[in-house]
Amino acid sequence: MADPVLRAQHVQVRFDAGRVRAVDTVSLEVGRGEVVALVGESGCGKTTLIRSVVGLEPLAAGSVEVEGRPIGSSGKGRALRAVRRRVQMIFQDPTGALNPRHSIYEAVAEGLRIHKVKGDEAALVSDALAAAGLRPPERYLRRFPHELSGGQKQRVLIAAAMALQPALLLADEPVASLDASIRGEILALMRSYVERDGVSIVAVTHDLGLAWNIADRVAVMYLGRIVEVGPAEAVLRSPQHPYTRALLSVVPETGHLEQQILTGETPDPSKVPSGCRFHPRCPVVASGEAARLGIEDRCRGVDLELEVVAEGHEVACHAVSVRST
Amino acid sequence: MSVLELHDLCVTYRTEGGKVPAVRGVNLTIEEGDTVGLAGESGCGKSTIAAAVLRLLPKGTRVTGKVLLNGEDVYSMKPGRLRAVRWTGAAIVFQGALHSLNPVRRVGLQIEEALRLHQTVPVGKMAARVDDLLERVGLPGAHASRYPHQMSGGQRQRVLIALALACDPQLLIADEPTTALDVMVQAQVLALLEELQRERGLSLLFITHDLSVLTHTCRRLAVMYAGRIVEEGLSAEVFARPEHPYTRALAAAFPTIGDTASRMNPQGLPGDPPDPSALPTGCPFHPRCDRAVDECATADVTLRPVADGAAAGWRAACVHVGVDRG
Repeated sequence: MADPVLRAQHVQVRFDAGRVRAVDTVSLEVGRGEVVALVGESGCGKTTLIRSVVGLEPLAAGSVEVEGRPIGSSGKGRALRAVRRRVQMIFQDPTGALNPRHSIYEAVAEGLRIHKVKGDEAALVSDALAAAGLRPPERYLRRFPHELSGGQKQRVLIAAAMALQPALLLADEPVASLDASIRGEILALMRSYVERDGVSIVAVTHDLGLAWNIADRVAVMYLGRIVEVGPAEAVLRSPQHPYTRALLSVVPETGHLEQQILTGETPDPSKVPSGCRFHPRCPVVASGEAARLGIEDRCRGVDLELEVVAEGHEVACHAVSVRST
Repeated sequence: MSVLELHDLCVTYRTEGGKVPAVRGVNLTIEEGDTVGLAGESGCGKSTIAAAVLRLLPKGTRVTGKVLLNGEDVYSMKPGRLRAVRWTGAAIVFQGALHSLNPVRRVGLQIEEALRLHQTVPVGKMAARVDDLLERVGLPGAHASRYPHQMSGGQRQRVLIALALACDPQLLIADEPTTALDVMVQAQVLALLEELQRERGLSLLFITHDLSVLTHTCRRLAVMYAGRIVEEGLSAEVFARPEHPYTRALAAAFPTIGDTASRMNPQGLPGDPPDPSALPTGCPFHPRCDRAVDECATADVTLRPVADGAAAGWRAACVHVGVDRG
């Protein structure tokens, strides 16, 4: 990819003195004005991965660059602040993310002050609120978070993030705590910043409908790895990895796949299985199909990397590799 | 006989800011073995209904109308009778599994407590019954000796379901039981509820804001807005061809993957759900409605039959219903 906004290469993040491989060698590039949905179950490492992008998690290995500038694990001070202005983050729970004693004006102005943004502060705050759909902004400036609805609070946080004109917006489950009718409005707002300002977005979610609604590309994570990545249409319409297929089959609104409920809980990143890390839950292995294809030993014993199956579409699955050759 | 009947149920909370009408005249019937979904957003009154069924509302809350459990009026029950009916007549599974369990007691003991209070099982068979309940919700019996923090969110939600089933209730009320769970765990819990419903003829009242989940789990569906039911009928029909503009918006909120119309086109509703203490005039949905006409600001429409679905009890509260079918 030419001139990506985000380039993460072979990123590893470990917890607990290295015993927990939360992110286990992940590479991801995000282009300018591109929306990437990072999907997977809790504990798959998706949130840890984006936290490492803003320097909130030290890297055990690999590198992260934003607009060509590295965010090193030792990054601090002015260099980190400069990169952080270009990367903003919004969270699942807007109530927890806002200081209850700060007015809406303060909530948006704080970032401008920290990053010493030039210009008329009051005008910048008003413009940011209006752009986030809080119109007229004067109606909101002096209010406090408890006077706003959940959807309005999330708009305030988006306004505060976008006021800094970031190149990359990281959104961690941006609509999961919002009411159903508000969800679409917030997603449409996020998409509008992409069209207007050309911001890139990485949205972490377990909601595949969100990916279908706003993402250009989808990356599916399982136990610290990306197991499938590609254009949203391709990944969501014709998923290749058995894990992606299972995830899609349990979304109530996908009629075309036979429901495949994986048993067991989300696996434990401190005990990553040998071979393909998905094999203990994999329907291809369980159904005996892997044995018929003569790859069961590989599924159980040989770890594997992403392989290109179509343009821009990569999958890490022994069965997919065998079938395509 | 109907397991649950709500007749013109009204619930008004008393708060510092004044009276808040949370439920404003709801009629709902659940037949034995039936599954009914109650959909709506925060503040629409759906969880208030769950609490009202078992008289779990805060003191001072005003309740009018009737709640009949197996034909018996819940609000005229003596305390002893009420205690017996809770858990055995109807049981509730709440959303926050972590907060509903006692963090310093092993989950097995918490299930035993319910069994002991209702004396449904002889003391000697208590442990076996706990094992049996846990296994029925797909947990190994050995988990009885665990504390809630030693289990995952999905496992705790299963413990709550096991707990709710402990005294063999006829009606299970599930209030957003899967909202905090991952998609795969949600699918596991939903499959479990379906299985229990099928095997034991359990009646189910399922409450959530996710219409697509309800459509999968429940035969009938009621959509609430601002304390009232605004549309009801068979889930499959209502979801496929919603009559009320609000139902239509809820149905569109979670897109069908593969549907070209929703690709790069998230659908929402402008505005926010109304504040129950300051409801709009007329049809409470009119400020957010894209089909509102002048009449909507003043006329408060009640449920009326949908022309070709009347036989199945399909009704919607909108001025356009029964007039034009565009």
